[in-house]
Amino acid sequence: MRSKLLKVALAALLIPATNLVSAETKPAAMKLSNNVVKIGVLTDMSGVYSDLGGQGAVTAVQMAIDDFKAEYKPKFNIEMVYADHQNKADVGSNKVREWYDTEGVDMVTDLLNSGVSLAVGKVTQEKKRIAIFVGSGSTRLTDQDCTPNTIHYAYDTYALANVAGKAIVKNGGDSWFFLTADYAFGHSLEKDTADVVKANGGKVLGSVRHPLNASDFSSYLLQAQASKSKIIGLANAGGDTINAIKAASEFGITKNQQLAGLLMFITDIHALGLQTTQGMLLTSGFYWDKDDETRKFSKRFFDKTKRNPTMVQAGDYSAVTTYLKAVMAAGTDEAAAVMAKMKSTPINDFFARNGKIRENGRMIHDMYLMQVKKPSESKYPWDYYEIKSVVSGEDAFQPLSASQCPLVKK
Amino acid sequence: MTSFFDIPIQALMGQLMLGLVNGSFYAILSLGLAVIFGMLNIINFAHGALYMMGAFLAWMALDYLGIGYWPALILVPLAIGVFGVLIERTMLRWLYKLDHLYGLLLTFGLALVIEGLFINAYGVSGQPYQIPAELAGGFNLGFMFLPYYRGWVIFASLLVCFATWYGIEKTRLGAYLRAATENPKLTQAFGINVPIMVMLTYGFGAALAGFAGVLAAPVIQVSPLMGSHLIITVFAVVVIGGMGSIMGSIVTGLGLGVVEGITNLVYPAASNTVVFVIMAIVLMMRPAGLFGKEQ
Repeated sequence: MRSKLLKVALAALLIPATNLVSAETKPAAMKLSNNVVKIGVLTDMSGVYSDLGGQGAVTAVQMAIDDFKAEYKPKFNIEMVYADHQNKADVGSNKVREWYDTEGVDMVTDLLNSGVSLAVGKVTQEKKRIAIFVGSGSTRLTDQDCTPNTIHYAYDTYALANVAGKAIVKNGGDSWFFLTADYAFGHSLEKDTADVVKANGGKVLGSVRHPLNASDFSSYLLQAQASKSKIIGLANAGGDTINAIKAASEFGITKNQQLAGLLMFITDIHALGLQTTQGMLLTSGFYWDKDDETRKFSKRFFDKTKRNPTMVQAGDYSAVTTYLKAVMAAGTDEAAAVMAKMKSTPINDFFARNGKIRENGRMIHDMYLMQVKKPSESKYPWDYYEIKSVVSGEDAFQPLSASQCPLVKK
Repeated sequence: MTSFFDIPIQALMGQLMLGLVNGSFYAILSLGLAVIFGMLNIINFAHGALYMMGAFLAWMALDYLGIGYWPALILVPLAIGVFGVLIERTMLRWLYKLDHLYGLLLTFGLALVIEGLFINAYGVSGQPYQIPAELAGGFNLGFMFLPYYRGWVIFASLLVCFATWYGIEKTRLGAYLRAATENPKLTQAFGINVPIMVMLTYGFGAALAGFAGVLAAPVIQVSPLMGSHLIITVFAVVVIGGMGSIMGSIVTGLGLGVVEGITNLVYPAASNTVVFVIMAIVLMMRPAGLFGKEQ
């Protein structure tokens, strides 16, 4: 009995090993692991951030795969798997480890939470695969925690601060109080914005940290009100930002102080309505109604999901397309070769204008300063933003010279 | 005196006031839970989902049917009450003979299903619901600006809480209910229809959750997740107050709202854990809760 058990255990141990051997010796024009390029979408399927990515991210990635197959007729198979990271770092890193170890996933994308992304980045580097962070914002991902296997694609807290934050200070909003979500992303956004405010001659009067998914914001807002700052900076996202803005208008805080939603997505504006959000300045890397190309993609996306795409969902499409092109050009899905290809190829599509991936993994591209329209200016559904200015990637994102990433040669 | 332990008195007063507003929601939700637990011995994990449904029905009534806030305040709790009765008739009644855990599991599962359905249909960002025009604006209390609507929340929930307490503790119907809980067989022998009483009790508890949902709709974003964000705290309130104690849940709800408000001022990072710290301390000192009776 005992020896039988031992045999079974040994056999189980051998299975992954044999898999590996067969994959390496299989002759093919393309050098692919398991003969397929497998993309994992790790996202928030039902939590606070699920409207930013979620099911829409899965749809966007599927569209990218289908379009790539139709346009380039690749000789390899492309598969997609998806899972819910529940905004928990341990859940996310365990799932990704399982994907890499047992399901042969080559690349993971979306990733809506900075805490999860930091954990996933470590596993990805260890397993020598690729992760492209689209939904998370912390600059740590390309700064002290950068890896040779990860790319930060759509935006980061530095660019958010540097575009809208700077514009608000220049418009006279020179004293700030922060309402900050108490985790990696919120801290990063507060710090980067505070730096921009100070660098442009403004001052920071204080901040208060609230838990993720706080149910009531009135007490934090009362503290912000007592600070008498001109600007209340909301260093949070999703449902937290929405509830904070709603409470601020109820408590009459917006009469004397101005709110700055430092990371606002179009779904947030849609949920709050223009009456409450009109006039707000914000940063985005994508707007569905910018030009014919963005409208074309967004129309297709809308037909499938009944919502217009957020910056994250459009970014997912672009990231996956960029990745697949690099796999095809490199002739392999081996991480180092694909990363080298991606970093050496400029990116220009409906999402990324003048895009390029820097050595620290930061994808820089044009960012936009948006102002939310007045209800009277909005002519059709989802007509929410006016583009005030276009900021080039070089100006919007952190200069390489300031990066603490060890991959950057100085 | 303008400050108290280095905290400006104005800020303190403001937080106390906001604590009362939040406490009103805790009170009315934990009251529903306490009524259901007291009478049915069911730990109703679907309570948060019922509260969320209340807010959503108010929004739907306005958006699809043009029914405003005031009619919704009556109609929505009725609708949620009927929904509660359906749950009781079709599912819960089969579990009374079993351990508490089965009721908990069933209602928890129901909550997940209801929430999932709403997320699937409406997403998580939520729907805007405006404050009724009659209650827009607010008082200037000197130390803070109190929106009329928040004042109304305190008033309405205290009214409903008191009415419930009176109904259960002081009326004949309430006496039947309490008797049916104490000894169902004997009560039935006196010609009182116990299963109907039990069904109505669950419906009433559900209606209270729906009422809280309508009250909350103008204050926070109407989102499928609003219930699950609140429900754990509300359970802590019920445990601190004493499972099944009507007065306990009202007083504890308001009290904990105030404690949370003050924590927000002194040490905001602890604001979402302070309730559980209190719960742990209370359970060590008085395992049956502040107002509960030892069995």
